[in-house]
Amino acid sequence: MRNRYVLVLAATLTVLGVAMFTYKWRVLGFPLTDQQVTPTWTVETTIRFDSGPGSIRVDLQIPTLTPGFRTLEEYSVSRNYAFAINYVGVDRRAQWTVRRADGRQTLYYRIVVYPDRDSEHTDLTPPLPIPPVIDEPLGTAVDVIVSDVREHSADEGSFAAVLLRMMNNPSPNPNVELLLADVNTAAQFVERAILVLNSERIPARMVHAIPLDGQARNVQPVPWLEIHDGESWRFFNPSTGAEGLPDNYLIWWRGNQPLVSIEGGSRLEASFAVQRNVVDAMVIARHRAEQRESRLIDFSLFALPIQTQAVYGILIMIPIGALVMVFMRNVIGIESFGTFMPVLIALAFRETMLVSGIILFTVLVALGLSIRFLLERLRLLLVPRLAAVLIVVVLLMLIISIVSHQLGMATGLSVALFPMVIIAMTIERMSVVWEERGAGDAIKAGVGSMVVAVLAYIVMGLDWLEYLVFAFPELLLVVLAVVLLLGRYTGYRLSELRRFKALARP
Amino acid sequence: MFLLSTRKRLRQAGVLGINERNADYIMRLNPRRYYPRVDDKVLTKKLALEAGMPVPELYGVIESQGQVRHFLRVVEGREAFVVKPAHGSGGEGIIVIVGRSKRKSDAFRLANGLLITASEIEHHISNVVGGQYSLGGKPDSAIIEYCVRFDPMFSEVSYQGVPDVRIIVYRGYPVMSMVRLPTRNSDGKANLHQGAVGAGIDISTGQTLTGVLGNEVVDEHPDTGAPIAGLYIPHWDYILQSAARSLAVTGLGYVGVDMVIDRDLGPLILEMTARPGLNIQIANGTGLAHRLKRIDEIFDPDADPVERARIARREFATEQQRPLPL
Repeated sequence: MRNRYVLVLAATLTVLGVAMFTYKWRVLGFPLTDQQVTPTWTVETTIRFDSGPGSIRVDLQIPTLTPGFRTLEEYSVSRNYAFAINYVGVDRRAQWTVRRADGRQTLYYRIVVYPDRDSEHTDLTPPLPIPPVIDEPLGTAVDVIVSDVREHSADEGSFAAVLLRMMNNPSPNPNVELLLADVNTAAQFVERAILVLNSERIPARMVHAIPLDGQARNVQPVPWLEIHDGESWRFFNPSTGAEGLPDNYLIWWRGNQPLVSIEGGSRLEASFAVQRNVVDAMVIARHRAEQRESRLIDFSLFALPIQTQAVYGILIMIPIGALVMVFMRNVIGIESFGTFMPVLIALAFRETMLVSGIILFTVLVALGLSIRFLLERLRLLLVPRLAAVLIVVVLLMLIISIVSHQLGMATGLSVALFPMVIIAMTIERMSVVWEERGAGDAIKAGVGSMVVAVLAYIVMGLDWLEYLVFAFPELLLVVLAVVLLLGRYTGYRLSELRRFKALARP
Repeated sequence: MFLLSTRKRLRQAGVLGINERNADYIMRLNPRRYYPRVDDKVLTKKLALEAGMPVPELYGVIESQGQVRHFLRVVEGREAFVVKPAHGSGGEGIIVIVGRSKRKSDAFRLANGLLITASEIEHHISNVVGGQYSLGGKPDSAIIEYCVRFDPMFSEVSYQGVPDVRIIVYRGYPVMSMVRLPTRNSDGKANLHQGAVGAGIDISTGQTLTGVLGNEVVDEHPDTGAPIAGLYIPHWDYILQSAARSLAVTGLGYVGVDMVIDRDLGPLILEMTARPGLNIQIANGTGLAHRLKRIDEIFDPDADPVERARIARREFATEQQRPLPL
């Protein structure tokens, strides 16, 4: 009965912890290690032009809806120019204005994006296009192509695919040849395809994508075809008719507007440069959470002041140490002082480092114990005797610190407030056990405590684990579940297999 | 693989582990609020007397540092006595005085023959009162009581001290028992983890089986060399019945009852514990789990202690001495 409650509770805690963990990991993209980085792409547009005599206005198309990518930041570098971002229809434009400029001018627009598969692609559903009026003889050719393609296709998508395949046929039929008569650029090719699609009343538009590929200068925007099938926008490769947009294509602008336009200047040139960078994955995760307006990030430890974070970095590992303790006690069966004394000793080791900590601890406990036995012969009452031990421990630490400082060793000085209290407590516990159960038991428990402490120290000091628990404190719910389950573990302890081996005769 | 097979064999032998004892028996059957009845030996004594269980006579209780100086008055006219903490556990903090020094008026003789002065005893008492032997160092009181003179039948198998009989009582039924024999190592104390020898007792006959020292099986007393097995515990029926009364006295369903057999007064209840140790299984060469399950099957809420003791004798016969492992 009680077991069932524990099981249900442990299962609930585990599900809760794992669910939160998974959400933060998979959806918000919290990195699993602190070394993890996310690639980002910096795309820089450089605009050069000769200034005219009067005021100058430069408009640049910049990304708005970018399926597959999210914007981390964007900015412009332009001296003396006023910079603004305007929304015009579905376009977004960067605008630089200046009243007067001299000579050749250079403007930069820079955007940093990171890949995000879930980046939504919400777009308006366009109205059905009115069939364009096309001059003869092209009009007839388009009509023939439309009926031809319609015959071979089932819906909007396959219409576009069949059309593009037909247009890309190396030996085109005369109608297609007529359609593509004066086409010189890829953009014009896509425009002709859109003309045919519009004649079939399929909404279609051209998109211009920047391929993000390593480090590259003078990247040319690639025209791509986008059609609307009544439900959503779909991408088609204009040179093959294959559906889809490559993962590394960043959509820069849509429509057949020019990339950049200028008033009051001449010899306008624009070029793209792409650079791959890496950014701490946590920066991206937090940015993503902000974008989604997730409140979870506000409740994470990263929202705390740095100093508080440092304290929690240690505190949050105590449950892990406690788990080690529970495991060592109830599953392995190692004797130790007190319940959580080893965990406290392990914490003290964090300040003294492991090896020097063990030496310091052993020396201090041994000295303290012998002094305690001296005090015992004075027949002092209990509490004054404890106080005397504490004072002696402080004095011993003082001496060790001073001596080690004189010898030029730094570790002695690292004995802090916290380890001191723990050492005094250890000495007292150990001496009580020593008297009550004899030296054997006391030393056994002392060594056991040390073993558990070292183990807890090692586990608590695992950087990846510390990071994991810090970034995903909900994992402590799983730790709690495991501790609850161990609390109902009624099997033998490992040490009992030895203890009762006389009874294990076959 | 080796560990797994050992684990399986221990399960078959019905060996109870610490985790199982704590989770399935102590926590289930021993309500926390009844612990004072066994942890406080003064209270245990009072309750046992009320229930008609025989206990060693109480000479006096020292409850505060101010009363420590009354010690000599408490033991006035007493040759032998025992000082122990009321909340002690595991036989710690106990001093056994077997007589007074003939030459020095304020010196006493310990069980091991050494002399101890009154002021040394007073220091010990003040340590006890200060809480050195109590759980968590809480202030305690010191009990001064009758020193048991043990039955001569044990003289061959104990070294300077009083052997006692430990009986595990489950839901009022005695299920397993052993006699604990002091050794030189245990300093005359009858606690297994202090080095005393434990010898299992056949519940149905009251006859001792082989012994256990530490976690090892022994068949001779390490100091005297006398064989441990085959002794008949006197007053066995009476001991089982007294133990069976512990349920009503303590309200605890899983309890260890410690009794001593006085030369003149017969069996006396020394103390009871809510967390009896598990080495008794080694001493008996068998596990507790099967016997506990058997009691669950035949449990009869209406049976009185005498009846329960009789059923225990019927159920838990040790068929034959198991061969010693080599």
